[in-house]
Amino acid sequence: MNKLKPIWRALLLLLMGGFVGYALGVGLDALIGGTVDFVAPISGVFSLLGSATAFFFGLIGYRGITKGLVYQIIGTFVGAGFVTAIRAFMGLETFGSFFFTEPAWVFGGLVGTLSFLSGVGAFADWYKWAKGESTPEHHQDPEGFIKYFGVSLDHKIIGIQYTVTSLFLMGVGGTFAMIFRTELAASRLQFLTTTFKAFDQNGLQFYNTLMSLHGMVMIAGILLGVAGMINYLAPMLIGAKDMAFPRLNAFSFWIAVPGALLLLSALFLGGFDTGWTGYPPLSTRSPLGIQMFFLGVYMVGWSSILGGLNLIATVVRLRAKGMTPFRLPIFVWAAIATSIISLTATQLIGLSFQLVMFQRLFDMGFFDGTRGGNPVLYQHLFWFYSHPAVYVFVLPGLGIISELLPVFVRKPLYGYRWVAMSSLGIALIGFLVWAHHMFASGLNEYLRVPFMYSTLLVSIPTGVKFFSWVATLWKGKISTPTPMLFVLGGIIVFLIGGLTGPPSATVSTDLHLHDTYFIVGHFHGTIFGGYVFPFFAAIYFWFPKATGRRMSEKLGKLHFWIMTPSFLVMTFAMMRVGLLGMRRRIADYDAMLGFDLTHLITTIAGYLIFISVAIFLYNLFHSMNHGEKAEGNLWNSRSPEWLVPSPMPVHNYDQAIEVVGEPYDYGLAGSKYVDFTNNK
Amino acid sequence: MRHFVIVGILILVVASLTYIGLDAAELLPTQASAEAISIDWLLNLNAIAISFLFALILVPLFYSLIVFRRKKGDTSEGEHMVGNTKLEITWTVIPLIVVVIFAYLGTYSLAEISRVNPQALEIKVLAQQFSFSFEYPAFGIKSKDFYVPVNKQFVLKMESRDVIHSFWVPEFRVKQDIVPGRVTELRITPILLTPPGEPYRVVCAELCGASHAYMFSSVHVVSQEDFDEWVAELQNIAAATDQTPEGRGEALSAQNGCLGCHSIDGSQSIAPTWFKLFGSSVELTDGTTANADEEYLAESILLPGEKIVAGYETTLMPSMEQLNEDQIADIIAYIKTLK
Repeated sequence: MNKLKPIWRALLLLLMGGFVGYALGVGLDALIGGTVDFVAPISGVFSLLGSATAFFFGLIGYRGITKGLVYQIIGTFVGAGFVTAIRAFMGLETFGSFFFTEPAWVFGGLVGTLSFLSGVGAFADWYKWAKGESTPEHHQDPEGFIKYFGVSLDHKIIGIQYTVTSLFLMGVGGTFAMIFRTELAASRLQFLTTTFKAFDQNGLQFYNTLMSLHGMVMIAGILLGVAGMINYLAPMLIGAKDMAFPRLNAFSFWIAVPGALLLLSALFLGGFDTGWTGYPPLSTRSPLGIQMFFLGVYMVGWSSILGGLNLIATVVRLRAKGMTPFRLPIFVWAAIATSIISLTATQLIGLSFQLVMFQRLFDMGFFDGTRGGNPVLYQHLFWFYSHPAVYVFVLPGLGIISELLPVFVRKPLYGYRWVAMSSLGIALIGFLVWAHHMFASGLNEYLRVPFMYSTLLVSIPTGVKFFSWVATLWKGKISTPTPMLFVLGGIIVFLIGGLTGPPSATVSTDLHLHDTYFIVGHFHGTIFGGYVFPFFAAIYFWFPKATGRRMSEKLGKLHFWIMTPSFLVMTFAMMRVGLLGMRRRIADYDAMLGFDLTHLITTIAGYLIFISVAIFLYNLFHSMNHGEKAEGNLWNSRSPEWLVPSPMPVHNYDQAIEVVGEPYDYGLAGSKYVDFTNNK
Repeated sequence: MRHFVIVGILILVVASLTYIGLDAAELLPTQASAEAISIDWLLNLNAIAISFLFALILVPLFYSLIVFRRKKGDTSEGEHMVGNTKLEITWTVIPLIVVVIFAYLGTYSLAEISRVNPQALEIKVLAQQFSFSFEYPAFGIKSKDFYVPVNKQFVLKMESRDVIHSFWVPEFRVKQDIVPGRVTELRITPILLTPPGEPYRVVCAELCGASHAYMFSSVHVVSQEDFDEWVAELQNIAAATDQTPEGRGEALSAQNGCLGCHSIDGSQSIAPTWFKLFGSSVELTDGTTANADEEYLAESILLPGEKIVAGYETTLMPSMEQLNEDQIADIIAYIKTLK
């Protein structure tokens, strides 16, 4: 087995680990239930954990993430066993339909997460400090790809870890979407029928689980992708050696890994049927999966909060000499705006989820009307984060658009200060609009009016961005390599998403549009335009900086030209059926409505997007080792990271940077953004 | 200057074409309520604004891409334009004015659709997983279909027995969530008769569990005479069925939503069918079989979680604890007739 390449060894072990985990799960289930059930949920969880662990064991041996996973499995058992023992002692039910009882699973999930962090080594330096030992300021990372699978304090490695994890999660979330889009291709139930059975769920329930997980897995993926871009780019762009708190940075990344696993385990532990919003009372009646969903998101939320804190501290403290606020790269402004939101709003979704968890575990009636609680209160808490959250997704993306446009247009970013302030403006107004998700919720009738005003106001700073982009393009010298194509695609798609916002903001029209496919089309437009397209643009643009090689232009263009038209068709089709009366989140629709053809087209377009992303992934992994070598200032950018060798040196800049000009003065002869000084 | 003139003309052309396209695409269901008129009017204004802004951004974008693209071999830089404060203020202030106008129009439209008619017909809506039922207190009747007279405002007083649901008839446009523990209201004035044989549908628009997709009832907007006739018919039936246990049982099954999940003709559904159920032997999840007699049925109505039929483990049936002993006996009497 040692003769095999690590990746093949890893895949082989993945299969074996899956089987062993599956057998273990079936065995445990038989032990408790007395009958052998081959599609029982426990075997699913154990296969997931077993195969993930075995995969990384094959790839890198027993260290880093493998060690973390082993610790997580053991920790989960210890935590769950502890609660089970207490319950047995108290004379309560000790085993439930998912082997352990619900409280045992929740506590096990919590202990498992902390064990993972301990196993992977995210606490290592802090342990030593607590014992009075000193640690080096920077740790030497191992050579080769192995450094990505363990704790590293280098912001560039953490950025790549975030990005790859994000791509993985979005791939999983996309696969879920493909499964339920296939079911939706025609009316009536085709394969997710009432006789279908998987992990203790019938077809309808499985549909709801996949649909709900698609939402939240994508959100987790996007949050990690945002953190990936910010971590990789921000210190480099402001001339810093690293983030302000490298250990906290590593902790923020690694807590998201067990969090994501918990989130995915919801699929196997009975699933949940609430959508990603988890509204009670439905979520207080859902199967165990909802707890894993809450707990997983809770952990990923920590990543977001601490990441936001770190970025703000970094920008405030570690800018290069002469980098005054209005000489900051525009992406950094967007990163600040995003970080303000993640630092101050994420707590609200964590708390709202925690309250439902406590309602389930300890029978506290927070959202139970019969006991003085209020189900609508949950919606306020939830949307107070979850609306600004969409700005967490799109602001960095819009920042990427503003950052890259000048490079490919060879002109300054038009109205730099206005663009910078518009990001902050969107972030701040974003805090005042949450109740527009609740126009039909039974909210006080008159309260809907101020929220309509505040929601429509978001269009002002957003408009400033669009006008600035168009003015930047005007009379430029525009070239369109792959990153620029994705920037332009992002502008167009985000425009579609943005323009469909106002009809959903004016109350009376929203009473028709709310909870329909129109909204689904609208937000997929904003997220694709504001996040997905710019994210791809950023990867195509900075991939050479990270690897020293270029991605294939040919495949990149193919990716773009398949994805963009497919996406536009998909989003327009969704909006059409929504306007005509198609509700969100339904597994089946009536043939009488005449939506079959539009849904078939939507599904085909969805598949094409999936295929285009597969092409991208092939391009990404193939180009790492086989791409054309890239040296020097590939895109002829003014930004400092292109003035030093690729891949970026370990501590970024050997010589300190001094900012001596404006960041985007393309076309101004003799102007310079940065200078290297020797006085370190 | 030449560029601006061309772009200006193109913007107007593209905006007009976009609006004509949107208008011709027939993107809305039948306009069947007074509220729909106000909402469609505002949607139309939105469509005009969307068409204009769509063109305003995309025309100069594509124009620049074509006209200002880099020619082969050209390595020069673009024009050094960094911004223009007056222009920035213009494109901040004009949209601000438009936004305030839109918000005002939105408020106006909201006021219009919230207008109260004190003579409105009151209808109680009871929602539960996964069915609606309707009660007309003025006439003392209950129904699982929704009948309303045309051109007369009705007010819904809506309650939920379990989770959040939402009342939505796309043809009427407006929707309102139904929140457990409180009564929510919705006022609608239907203005169009439903075509015979093609009723509208009220659907649940808020995800409410596994069979959310199947939570709907039919909606009939009829003339005042037809409505009176329907009321009289239901009153007669109610009076007649009140005489027999089977009749009362049938009415109870409809009102309590049983028939939303249990079919009476043997067709597959999310719950075991009632067809030929009485006296049959039923396979349970624990591997045993039970005889579907009076005792078993009564237990299953009150304590649905006790004995679960194999294959139906995953769908929760709410306990029908609101029913008294006589009512349960009536329902069982009704189930006995289904053979």
